[in-house]
Amino acid sequence: MNMKYFKINTIQSTVLKCLIIMAVWTISGCSTDETQTVATFTNLVLDENFDTDGAPNSQVWGFDIGTGENGWGNQELQYYTDRPDNVTIQNGILLITARQESFENSQYTSARLLTKDKFEQQYGRFEARIRLPFGQGIWPAFWMLGADIDENPWPGAGEIDIMEYRGQNPTVLIGSVHGPGYSGGEAISKEYTLENDRFDTGFHIFGIEWGPEFVNFYVDDVLYNQITPEDVTGEWVFNKPFYILMNLAVGGTFVGSPNAETEFPQTMLVDYVRVYKNNAD
Amino acid sequence: MKNKKYTNIHFILLLTLGIALFSSCERDFSDDVEFATFSANGDIFTDAPVGLTDEFFDSFDPNEGANPEGFGTDDNVAFEGSSSIRIDVPAPDDPDGGFIGGIFLDRGAGRDLTGFDALTFYVKGSTTATIGEVGFGTDFGQNKFAVTAQNIRLSTDWRKIIIPIPDPSKLIQERGMFFFSAGTQTTGGFGYTFWIDELRFEKLGTIAQPSPAILNGVDVVQQAFTGSNLLVNGLTQTFNLESGINQTVIAAPSYFDFNSSDNSVAIVNELGQVSVIGTGTANITAQLVGVRASGSLEVTSAGSLALAPTPTRPAANVKSIFSEAYTADTSSNFAPGFGGSTTETVITNNNGDNVLAYTNNNFTGIIFDNTVDASGLTFMHVDVYVQEGGTEVGLQIRDAGANQMIETDVNTGNPIGDDVDLRFDLTGLTVGQWTSFDIPLDGDLTAQRDNLGGLILVGGPNFIFDNIYFYTE
Repeated sequence: MNMKYFKINTIQSTVLKCLIIMAVWTISGCSTDETQTVATFTNLVLDENFDTDGAPNSQVWGFDIGTGENGWGNQELQYYTDRPDNVTIQNGILLITARQESFENSQYTSARLLTKDKFEQQYGRFEARIRLPFGQGIWPAFWMLGADIDENPWPGAGEIDIMEYRGQNPTVLIGSVHGPGYSGGEAISKEYTLENDRFDTGFHIFGIEWGPEFVNFYVDDVLYNQITPEDVTGEWVFNKPFYILMNLAVGGTFVGSPNAETEFPQTMLVDYVRVYKNNAD
Repeated sequence: MKNKKYTNIHFILLLTLGIALFSSCERDFSDDVEFATFSANGDIFTDAPVGLTDEFFDSFDPNEGANPEGFGTDDNVAFEGSSSIRIDVPAPDDPDGGFIGGIFLDRGAGRDLTGFDALTFYVKGSTTATIGEVGFGTDFGQNKFAVTAQNIRLSTDWRKIIIPIPDPSKLIQERGMFFFSAGTQTTGGFGYTFWIDELRFEKLGTIAQPSPAILNGVDVVQQAFTGSNLLVNGLTQTFNLESGINQTVIAAPSYFDFNSSDNSVAIVNELGQVSVIGTGTANITAQLVGVRASGSLEVTSAGSLALAPTPTRPAANVKSIFSEAYTADTSSNFAPGFGGSTTETVITNNNGDNVLAYTNNNFTGIIFDNTVDASGLTFMHVDVYVQEGGTEVGLQIRDAGANQMIETDVNTGNPIGDDVDLRFDLTGLTVGQWTSFDIPLDGDLTAQRDNLGGLILVGGPNFIFDNIYFYTE
């Protein structure tokens, strides 16, 4: 319901101011309840525009290398590298590219960037403008993990998936939180289907607004979900700093394996990553 | 939950308001702007035909077996509204015709479909049969922008079918609104019914990732001659749909932009017809909406090809397989696509005479669609042309036996079961001219040649055949 609503709002926004006002009033009347905290994250603290060609800024971005344990816990098929073949900046765009090639006993290579120990923050607005790849078995993600994960293993550390997507469902975005008692297949999750458009044909902005006791999920100008402590089936573990991850996985339990029709290479294009925090913080 | 119901009511109210405002906007807009004169209405059939000719359904020719009686509408079945199109697919031996198919034409001068990206409809079957072909752009005229999707699987419940438009910008005035052809190939000859509803062109916005192809995506290398005429076929466009499915359609040549790498060797027109006009090598490629099609045709011409000697034997003494001089005794499959075969076979028009050009042959065959009774015949004739010294071709003439099935030991290539063959090597070939062979039907064929099933061709690897026929003196 919310989605359709916002769409109408968008279409008419230039035409009818009074209608917008009506719509906004109606939205707030339906999509929020009395307990919601309205966030005002206006203080830009990370403005990563990938303006310098070559490798990403090592002050902000590190890499996971290899296959992790059991394909990063999901039986993923790719080997992550930091080679320019898999991750590079060109013309102001970060390119994360999954390739089909034999490499260190894996059949695919790709990349995973993370800001662990480099940029970690509690609460704020986290957003990225991304054009996604497509095809069976392609699994890009823009997500966050609790910064205490080394002492407090997953799922206890908590995970916020700002954007996950299956290449075989090119119009469907998935936003989730994972924590103790609600992880993996039991994550608190919601899908959003883009109407009359796809995520692999143009850039879209994927974001969350995260404060004490809530995470709001956005795509472009659409707020499509809010998760609060009442929604999770375990402890709320989102009152501490998190770091950012961006990766392009191939195969694994979430998407299934690529098939003969999956075209390689596949590239996830990231125009920018921005993080805001509350002025009052 | 209660909250959400409120939302609904608000939503509907707002939507109503929105629609009212929209229509007033559109009126203002069209006051200032002159639109194309062709209708941009995408609807074809909702509860009744929309803007179609009075005939509504224009059947394929009943003289060619099409059944014009099985088409109608059904007021008891509908996906939406009150009526649907009902098509009764006949059995092959139906006296009114053994299959059903035809087109719907726009009743005006055609429609402007540039604002759409797909033809869509809902379909359901009385059984889970497969419809052979559906599409649009076929107008029983030039069929210039014809599009066909094959093998549409029916369910016994409604299912939405999406047929992407290869390049909507071409369809500024299209009359061919719908096309279908259905038989009982997948139901063992039993007739069935299917219904179509909500047939229209739509702008889905989710048709993406075009992947066009020519020659079915294969890079074909072919020998040719000055004066040869070749056709670039196997033209398809594939889009990824919202469902994640890659939907391929057969697209008319006029959607493609063809290119020759050397116009002094070969030229290609907008229909994909290649004319070889000089000596050398040219690569034929194509684009569709700026996307390079996979597949290409590399033609090499060493000059002109002389015509093979014209056969002179009386037709009464001949059963022909491939020759302009005689009516064929049976149609044949000249590219049977044996597993492991590397052969490219093309029928090339050489100044009015078709020849069979084989490139990169390891093994292939000519499989007769009906067996040839050669019991009264004594020889097989073939004319062979080569361009490279040392070329030799192994020929096997196969009798398929009483069961008329070609049975081969896959390990040795030898005939098994009731099959027999005669093997003959085409040697002593002279480069740059035709060599004629008259091969006696002796050996194992002496006693058994009433069910000749085909020819097997081994080696070469590059050679040209013409005038293949069996005869008696």
